[in-house]
Amino acid sequence: MATAAAHHTAQQTGPQAYGAQSGVPDTACGTDDTAAYQRAFDAAVAADERVEPRDWMPDAYRATLVRQIAQHAHSEIIGMQPEANWITRAPSLRRKAILMAKVQDEAGHGLYLYSAAETLGTSREDLLDKLHTGRQKYSSIFNYPTLTWADVGAIGWLVDGAAITNQVPLCRCSYGPYARAMVRVCKEESFHQRQGYELLLALSRGTPEQHAMAQDAVDRWWWPSLMMFGPPDDESAHSAQSMAWKIKRHSNDELRQRFVDICVPQAESLGLTLPDPDLKWNEERGHHDFGAIDWTEFWEVLKGNGPCNEQRMTQRRRAHDEGAWVRESAAAYAAKRNDEAGAGRG
Amino acid sequence: MTADVTVHLAALALGDDALVLSHRLGEWVGHAPVLEEEVALANIALDLLGQARVLLSLVGDEDELAYLREERAFRNLQLVEQPNGDFAHTIARQLYFSTYQHLLYAELAAGHGPFAPLAGKAVKEVAYHRDHAEQWTLRLGDGTDVGHERMARACEALWRFTGEMFQPVEGLDVDPERLQEAWLDSVGDVLRRATLTVPEGPRSGAWAAGAGRQGLHTEPFGPMLAEMQHLHRSHPGASW
Repeated sequence: MATAAAHHTAQQTGPQAYGAQSGVPDTACGTDDTAAYQRAFDAAVAADERVEPRDWMPDAYRATLVRQIAQHAHSEIIGMQPEANWITRAPSLRRKAILMAKVQDEAGHGLYLYSAAETLGTSREDLLDKLHTGRQKYSSIFNYPTLTWADVGAIGWLVDGAAITNQVPLCRCSYGPYARAMVRVCKEESFHQRQGYELLLALSRGTPEQHAMAQDAVDRWWWPSLMMFGPPDDESAHSAQSMAWKIKRHSNDELRQRFVDICVPQAESLGLTLPDPDLKWNEERGHHDFGAIDWTEFWEVLKGNGPCNEQRMTQRRRAHDEGAWVRESAAAYAAKRNDEAGAGRG
Repeated sequence: MTADVTVHLAALALGDDALVLSHRLGEWVGHAPVLEEEVALANIALDLLGQARVLLSLVGDEDELAYLREERAFRNLQLVEQPNGDFAHTIARQLYFSTYQHLLYAELAAGHGPFAPLAGKAVKEVAYHRDHAEQWTLRLGDGTDVGHERMARACEALWRFTGEMFQPVEGLDVDPERLQEAWLDSVGDVLRRATLTVPEGPRSGAWAAGAGRQGLHTEPFGPMLAEMQHLHRSHPGASW
């Protein structure tokens, strides 16, 4: 069904966008034309062209992107909490600087991603409101606690490692602004992953207490990290459509396997054990086999029953609520300056 | 005192200022009123931590100095150890300190003393910190009534910690009187533009002006250090 907004959007299509190159009709309107727009969109996606903000796109494609980008942005800002938990206790000034830089990057990623979502016609305020009222989610991994300093390393190595495995293919996502944001995000994430690995290496080679701390963190973060790729392919609600739209390029299980294969030799170099007795190389498949994931835990955490769901949301809402007067005062100040500028011109 | 000793004392004073304020700003991470401020406050904290590391390394091992000294051995201003309070308190603290640091570093950068190279680099960062504090002082002071009231209260509350900045520090080749005049001009100008009044109360605590520089601190500093030093001290001799 054609919408006036969609048609209007299509008419604004710029010369660089797929519509102009694909011969989308630019005058007529009506259901036939929606079909034509849809055909042009499908052809553009099939040809690996980028969809840009002013291009016509199916409503469901737009909604899927908003949902995914918002969830990603929310994950960046909620994900600051478990790591910020250790900024004030970082055991050396060098580690403190690295950790602070990393958490700052995450705030920056939140900014790019909210901006990418804004290109789809939604505002940051609206998305934050959806987060604060539980209508949008963030990655469940951040509902686990950081109990020791080694958890900072495990988050870098495993959680950021899993995030990179998920996100590198998103640099080729069909939606241009998201793909471009991901190029920058992935560069910084790879630094985060390396610092986590290096932090764990220092602990693993340190005192027996430090080594034990590192092993304990890996024991606790390994399985939740594998869950970050989402449910198995046959239970994943959004996967098939997202793959057809080239928002997503590989299935959850494919990416999970890729991650396991990357981590096994890294764990060996670290001198740490991955907590899975079934983990072994399968010559025939050319991949590592691994044990069964406890999906009950995954669904429970997703439903809100993880160790930190309540705490993360409470802190987020409190920061937002306690900051309201600051944002209001800044807006009032900006409005006064605009009025003055207007009066000056008048 | 020998030249080396006075340089060490001055480096500790400036290094501890940067270290402690960086730590306080780091406490904001995850709690800031708007996402842009998560980035900005962490960025300022990182700049200060970088300065602290250079300065403390002039004196000895940066981690030993940061993590193994007792409270009475820290030489930072009492101003920088004050708790974050609400965002207005943090901004008032930033305005007072970054204006001081900017004037001080500009002067040190122009000289030929041992701090000239560091100050030359840091003064550019600090100019940004000062600008950030000024912009927020204007937004809060001249925004809503609530913003104005909170900013006025914060400026008032921290005013008594500002006199200490102009106590002479051995090893720093600057004229504290001139620094103080320039500081009063600059801060006064920002406050007036923000429709705030320049506080009239005393600019030092009743019991000891210049106390932080002599190792006398305020109560909130102890818990801050306990948190900062706990992990490092729990693993003597470990490297991280």
